[in-house]
Amino acid sequence: MCLGIPGQVVEITDAAGHLAKVDVSGVQRTISIRLLAGQPVEPNDWVLVHVGFAMARIDEHEADLTLAAVKQMGQSYTDELEAFEATAIV
Amino acid sequence: MKFVDEFRDPAAARALVSAIGDLAGDDEFKFMEVCGGHTHTIYRHGIEHLLPANVELVHGPGCPVCVIPMGRVDDAMWLAEKPDVIITSFGDMMRVPGSRGSLLEAKARGADVRFVYSPLDSLKIATETPDKHVVFFAVGFETTAPSTAVTLVRAKDLGVTNFSVFCNHVTIVPPLKAILDSPDLRLSGFLGPGHVSTVVGNRPYRFVPEVYGKPIVVAGFEPLDILASVHMLLAQLREGRCEVENQYSRVVPEEGNPQALALLAETFELRPHFEWRGLGFISQSALKLNDRYAQFDAEMRFDMPGVRVADPKACQCGEVLKGVIKPWECKVFGTACTPETPIGTCMVSPEGACAAYYNFGRLHRETALLVGGPPSRG
Repeated sequence: MCLGIPGQVVEITDAAGHLAKVDVSGVQRTISIRLLAGQPVEPNDWVLVHVGFAMARIDEHEADLTLAAVKQMGQSYTDELEAFEATAIV
Repeated sequence: MKFVDEFRDPAAARALVSAIGDLAGDDEFKFMEVCGGHTHTIYRHGIEHLLPANVELVHGPGCPVCVIPMGRVDDAMWLAEKPDVIITSFGDMMRVPGSRGSLLEAKARGADVRFVYSPLDSLKIATETPDKHVVFFAVGFETTAPSTAVTLVRAKDLGVTNFSVFCNHVTIVPPLKAILDSPDLRLSGFLGPGHVSTVVGNRPYRFVPEVYGKPIVVAGFEPLDILASVHMLLAQLREGRCEVENQYSRVVPEEGNPQALALLAETFELRPHFEWRGLGFISQSALKLNDRYAQFDAEMRFDMPGVRVADPKACQCGEVLKGVIKPWECKVFGTACTPETPIGTCMVSPEGACAAYYNFGRLHRETALLVGGPPSRG
């Protein structure tokens, strides 16, 4: 449930609405960066994504580690990635 | 994956395990990992088999799906069966059994139940289906609650009137207190939850050393994170220290996420009490929408039954959630209760201790090989 997947920011799509497009293992979707308001978030930055929200900025090192750990979860990771791809936010 | 090796380094694991053994000596230690994500890592990598027999890890209540009582699932089912309601929730919640089955079964019977990845997806469904009312069945600890908070703010900004939240968000500190007050268990210390702490920071755990005299180390999710955190706990105990330490500082800031905490304060307030599966009623342990967001509170909008339902007699999730018994010690583990046909919540979520043990715990040889020796047990 508290699964966080690292994503790399591709672009800030709506600065006022705190929305950004991120790439997780080649899958892109729009997420909210509202919880990081006040922190600089820029393209190429890595963030930990939880239920469609960036919850923390992380470095590439941490992103690599976490992604490997999450991939090991097998089905949970596949489900998370499918959900990530299939849905969209308002 | 160029950095992964250093966190999977067998030599580093061996060195840590050896140092843990030296610190532990012949004394018995029992540490609780609070977070379901840690439980998953521990079983996935067979970490309990790496540790000396006198250093035991017990699983805690930190699986948000696992702690939802049957009565709340029944309320969600009641909502789902209303013809003008669409109920949405995370995938993990869909298979959690209530007294009349799960939301997935309600869906099979024709109810409009939809799985969402994000609470914001629920809001989108609401804006796209104005003739229906969309209820988001919200579960999760402080990791997840800020996402619901942002969704509520967004719904208010957009003036959406056909959206509400059935709020089951819970907080991590009260169950820790309940466990510390419980006579069932004598714990030496805690591995603190990693991702909850990105939101709440380290300060909320100070009562653990200050009031109860137990150390707590906020831990990351890699196998070496767990071993390093166990080592930090033992070092505190051996050096006569007792404090909150942060092993996961590469992700968890000391003060948490002030923006997320402000959004929680904007939208939620504490409930006087909330029932936890297996733990009973715990004071001020859950969130409800505050007056500013009352129009989005499904419990205000609908006259839900709110009936309390006792767990099935055979189910020992409560004892598993308190760390009193191990998953395999439950009478129905792996027989009547499996991930395919769960009786209890701990068998539903991948972070539930029972599901994690069922899926991974029995396969420890990988880790035994990692440290270059035969498996010590099982």
